Amino acid sequence: MNHRFRRYGPPILLLAPSLILMAVFVYGLIGANFSTSITDNHSAATATGVEPTSTVWFENYTRLLGSEDFQHSLINLFLYTVVFLLGTLAIGFVWAWLLDKPIKGEGFFRSIYLFPMAVSFIASGVVWRWLLNSNQGENASGLNRLFQMIGLDFLQNNWWNNVTFGILAITIPAIWQLSGYVMALFLAGFRGIPDELREAGRMDGASEWQVYRHVLFPQLTPIMLSALIIIGHMSLKSFDLIMSISKPANYQTKVPAVDMYLAKASFDYADAAAIGTILLVLVAIVVVPYLIKTNRQEK
Amino acid sequence: MSATLSTPVPPPDVAGEPLELRRDKGTPRFGVGRTLRYAALIFGIVIVLIPVYVLLVTSFKGPGDASPVRAWNLPQIWTLENWKEAWTALSPSLWRTFQMVIPASIIAAFLGSMNGFVLSRWSFRGANTVFALILFGMFIPYQAVMIPLLQIFLDAGIPSGVPSLILLHVIYGIPITTLIFRNYYQTIPHELVEAGRVDGAGMLRTYWSIILPISIPSFVVVLIWQFTNAWNDFLFAVFFSNNQNGPVTLALNNLANGALLQDYGVSMAGALLASLPTLIVYIILGKYFVGGLMSGSVKG
Repeated sequence: MNHRFRRYGPPILLLAPSLILMAVFVYGLIGANFSTSITDNHSAATATGVEPTSTVWFENYTRLLGSEDFQHSLINLFLYTVVFLLGTLAIGFVWAWLLDKPIKGEGFFRSIYLFPMAVSFIASGVVWRWLLNSNQGENASGLNRLFQMIGLDFLQNNWWNNVTFGILAITIPAIWQLSGYVMALFLAGFRGIPDELREAGRMDGASEWQVYRHVLFPQLTPIMLSALIIIGHMSLKSFDLIMSISKPANYQTKVPAVDMYLAKASFDYADAAAIGTILLVLVAIVVVPYLIKTNRQEK
Repeated sequence: MSATLSTPVPPPDVAGEPLELRRDKGTPRFGVGRTLRYAALIFGIVIVLIPVYVLLVTSFKGPGDASPVRAWNLPQIWTLENWKEAWTALSPSLWRTFQMVIPASIIAAFLGSMNGFVLSRWSFRGANTVFALILFGMFIPYQAVMIPLLQIFLDAGIPSGVPSLILLHVIYGIPITTLIFRNYYQTIPHELVEAGRVDGAGMLRTYWSIILPISIPSFVVVLIWQFTNAWNDFLFAVFFSNNQNGPVTLALNNLANGALLQDYGVSMAGALLASLPTLIVYIILGKYFVGGLMSGSVKG
């Protein structure tokens, strides 16, 4: 007994606080949230416990998923995620590729590309709201004014005020903010490839492009996957940037996280919880296979 | 700005190291290719800095300069009025944010260090599963726990504002801090720990007298990461605080979105003010900042 304690006691003691916190605040609350989401807790009276609630099972989910309003949010989220991913991966990759070979001032370029990551979405939203101002012609400011000044008037548009594709305007600041991060990932990937591999390729008479195509790119696949997972799950949770650039109740740029905020603000706890669960499922679809895969590799 | 994981990057025994490795063996190239590369890189810099230009310029403009025609011009008269006004509006919340972020980072770092140590050194059946279950906590959308979380905090009587936010950032910071420390400790030679064990030091002693002192680089990485994340958080702020007791992101958002008449000058000075602490950290400790980004390798 004493021996056992000496062996297992200290590690359990060190881990216990965190394990308990994770068990309660991650898994426990996910369960509690789900159980709220299957009730008819839709008003201030039920939310504060003045009126009782009853279980309605998946009614909230079917109603939400069937409503045009929420479908619009999901479509927005889908468009946003696709463009956000493509944009950050493409720009991040190109920057890393440009910086891969020795170049003067590399540190400077890297630092500038990466700095937007240190800034909050709320702070960058302040300036992007101005840049993405939808006024055109005489009253144009922001990017529309810049387009006029450099003779690209045709590029002027109403940005996030477009009903169908307005959400894509929000991807511009998102890409601005995270391309540097993807660059850092790819750059580390490039640098992690042993020189011998490249040399071997060159020895075999491969052209520079072939070395990239057959030697470097395959080596970068794991990095690419990581970048996809990181940006993808961030994108699904997008909230701050949209709140800061457009008004929360703005139909054009609505996503589920914003719907959840609005539902909570109107004491519709059941719907808020249901939207939370839907988001969780979306993120889990992306992340869980990845966690399982990395977990297996380690064994 | 949220969680990181992964990349088969060498773990950060010196943070940011992977990026510093120079490869000077290839013959340097001159000519068209090089010029094009520079052109492309400088174009990138210009694009990235456009918002910064606008922020700076607008923050020094007087109300007269606000006309859209002059939107991209330098101020006609440089004035500090916007900065003064932004300071008056934001300084209480800036102070509160420091009060929240510092304890939240330190506590989460210690918990992460303890977990990381145990999980990297002590293999028991299911250790990897426990680790994966902890890690999942950094990916979850907090919306999926928010409603019961609000209820628990209300029932427990935890005051909204700084105390609630410290607790939240500690709890939900555990996965990322655990990840960074675990990856770091896996790089520490076994002999070091074994030597301690031969001397008869128990696990707690080993942790305290051998592991902690050599963890300083990781602590810097984790503290910076937590500091930046907590400083920039808006989601928890919006649910667990208000304009009177909340952090600077909330105050800034109210400043920029609240007024009937948009005062871009004040908002932009405020945005710069609210970003200064994290930017200063980034400028001074940039290497460690990058280390934090890289080191979250799920892979050990």
